[in-house]
Amino acid sequence: MSTTKLNVLPPSHDEIEDAGRRAFLRAAAAGTALAGLSGCAGLDMDDFLQKHFRELSPDELKKVLAKVERRNKETWGRDTTVSATGPREGVEFGYGLDISRCIGCRRCVYACVQENNQSREKPQIHWITVLQMEKDHGVDLAHADAYYDSATVPQPGKFYFPVQCQQCRNPPCVKACPTQATWKEKDGIVVIDYDWCIGCRCCMSACPYGARHFNFATPKLPAEELNPHQHLLGNRPRPKGIVEKCTFCIQRSREGRYTACVEVCPVGARKFGNLLDPESEIRKVMETKRVFVFKQELATHPQFYYFYAT
Amino acid sequence: MRPRIAVLASLGILALQATPARANEPAAKPAPAAKKALEKQVQANSPPFSDGIFPCSGCHDPKAKVDLTHRRLQFHDEQQDVLKHGPERWCLDCHDAQNRDVLRSAAGASIAFTESYRLCGQCHGDKLRDWKVGIHGKRTGMWDGDKTYFLCVNCHNPHTPAWKGVSDKVVDGKRVVSPTMELITPEPRPRRPEEMRQ
Repeated sequence: MSTTKLNVLPPSHDEIEDAGRRAFLRAAAAGTALAGLSGCAGLDMDDFLQKHFRELSPDELKKVLAKVERRNKETWGRDTTVSATGPREGVEFGYGLDISRCIGCRRCVYACVQENNQSREKPQIHWITVLQMEKDHGVDLAHADAYYDSATVPQPGKFYFPVQCQQCRNPPCVKACPTQATWKEKDGIVVIDYDWCIGCRCCMSACPYGARHFNFATPKLPAEELNPHQHLLGNRPRPKGIVEKCTFCIQRSREGRYTACVEVCPVGARKFGNLLDPESEIRKVMETKRVFVFKQELATHPQFYYFYAT
Repeated sequence: MRPRIAVLASLGILALQATPARANEPAAKPAPAAKKALEKQVQANSPPFSDGIFPCSGCHDPKAKVDLTHRRLQFHDEQQDVLKHGPERWCLDCHDAQNRDVLRSAAGASIAFTESYRLCGQCHGDKLRDWKVGIHGKRTGMWDGDKTYFLCVNCHNPHTPAWKGVSDKVVDGKRVVSPTMELITPEPRPRRPEEMRQ
């Protein structure tokens, strides 16, 4: 879908009535904020007045994309393309992870970091956490270790359980966000408008999967490692004080490509596709294998499925 | 369809007289309809040959007389030393005796190296079934379009198929993998929170 056909929610009745009041408040706030903003590095009036992603008109969206590209150029000295490709009709993403195959090599973790421009060190942000678990205990977080460090994998008696954003159909993080900066898109991806995130971290405490991560300090990302192929709601570099998480590589998946973690997995444990397509890999997995979701008892209804192919 | 496959299989075995131990296995040659569906679905890639090993006819003269006796050869130690693929298996169970540039099914059909999954699927039918729909194995590219299918032999050394590890390899301009004999070393563990404090 082109950027001009984004799904912009129609304004609600309240919003229309509020329009005048909000315009007044904006103008008033702008006046008082101008002085304050002059002290904020890199921010200007546009940032302060920028609408929520879903309220942006196509023209405004173009300006926002151009602004992000310009900032990228200023910060990293590199040309980038930032898109805002919307969800496709008839597509609902599903992800499958074969627990009987995963060997815990963490290739996915670092492929994700490279693809999605996470901060490398201090803070080190990984959207995927691989848990080493005991075969004797099964999927049990009381016997899980995210910091395992062995010369080779897999270790005898262990299995490996990667956890990332489960793209819940009933996402607790979305309910917790006080600014509606995070929401679920039509294709199932839970996204964050980084410009509207206030960094309160309510979503992090709401998420039962530990899938959301906070930039406690300014992200550290070497210019030569910047992935220039970016999505506004996905892997564009985030500022300090913002929450981020897995977006099923929105910049790739919405173009029809596999996610970075799927492409790098050396054992082919990761499956990705359209849940509405009966011929897709993920549908075949769900029809023929033993499939479960993580923390089913919480009724988050993930679009991320674990399965045993053997 | 089932009786026909059985007839095909027994014909193949009769013609060969080579592998009586495998007479009970399903026929290698898929029925025409099944084969058509397979070809439509699978874009065969070249397998990750060792450097300089293919074409095999570079050394093995297709016209030379072949001794079909099950024995240890004086060459190809690199394969024979690691051969651990079921009991009593040897080269000519899978490699064609005359034309070494192709493989040979239990029923005697020639199978190109790019379609080696058909050979593997003779015994590992459940895995072939899963592989064809994308459950077993790996694909890269587009979830809704062109994909690179990894063959069985991209991840499993056919001579010693238990999975140990893989290393990156470029074949025909495509980034694929080839099997290794060593277990994989994991990437560094994540930092603990206390290690990230300034």
